[in-house]
Amino acid sequence: MIPTKEEMINALKIRQGERLQEKLLSSAVAVCGLGGLGSNISISLARAGIGKFILIDFDRVDITNLHRQQYKACQVGRYKTDALLENLKEIAPYTEFETHTVKIDESNALELLKDADIICEAFDNAQCKAMLTNIVLEKMPQKYLVAASGMAGLGSPNTIKTRKITDKFYLCGDGVSDVNDDIGLVSSRVMLCASHQAHTVIRLLAGKFEV
Amino acid sequence: MVTINGESVDVAGKTIGEYLDTTNYDKRRIAVEKNGEIVTKALYDETLINDGDTIEVVSFVGGG
Repeated sequence: MIPTKEEMINALKIRQGERLQEKLLSSAVAVCGLGGLGSNISISLARAGIGKFILIDFDRVDITNLHRQQYKACQVGRYKTDALLENLKEIAPYTEFETHTVKIDESNALELLKDADIICEAFDNAQCKAMLTNIVLEKMPQKYLVAASGMAGLGSPNTIKTRKITDKFYLCGDGVSDVNDDIGLVSSRVMLCASHQAHTVIRLLAGKFEV
Repeated sequence: MVTINGESVDVAGKTIGEYLDTTNYDKRRIAVEKNGEIVTKALYDETLINDGDTIEVVSFVGGG
């Protein structure tokens, strides 16, 4: 049987403290890209009880995604927004989810991200990462951006770090491991970077701004 | 001197665009911060680097 909303919120408050939980519940997080980073970030933060999600991806689940992204074999071929929404609702049935099956660019970013307190950049393409970072920092200077760069390959987990670049811009990853080098993306290292991003979101909402 | 990504560099007097042209950075993959503020891409060629500035060039690699 699925617990009631009250029961789930009470359990979260017992685990994470009432004050932090109220803050998480009243916050909105946008996740841009629902691949290895974004699907894992979303699941971590949904479990933590973030109140509202804005989930954005234009792509469909591919069989080559299954080794690192939070989809099931039976979801291959479906839009990632639809598939992840289904999985997230099983984990956090009372959370508010907004999904957009579109490509983010300069023409729609402001409108898509307007309700977000914190934006997670979770694309796989380097140019798209840079584009979103520049748009958010230029056009939405009041919002926090948690981006990622460098998590491919079999490098040491200890080289994945979170850096504070400006007051509103945090960057996770080792900064150098490109998907086109070495053997590509390995689930555990991508999840590690996603966890850095999710944890940074929670720390920001807890008022912890130094890394 | 100017601090770029933690290193002292002698580039005061150049614009951000001129500095980037001396490096291997791919301008499509970067974001540039000067003294904690983003530098708008369209202003790279107009933004002068002054003595004492702290600049961070974030260069993204692929994967996610």
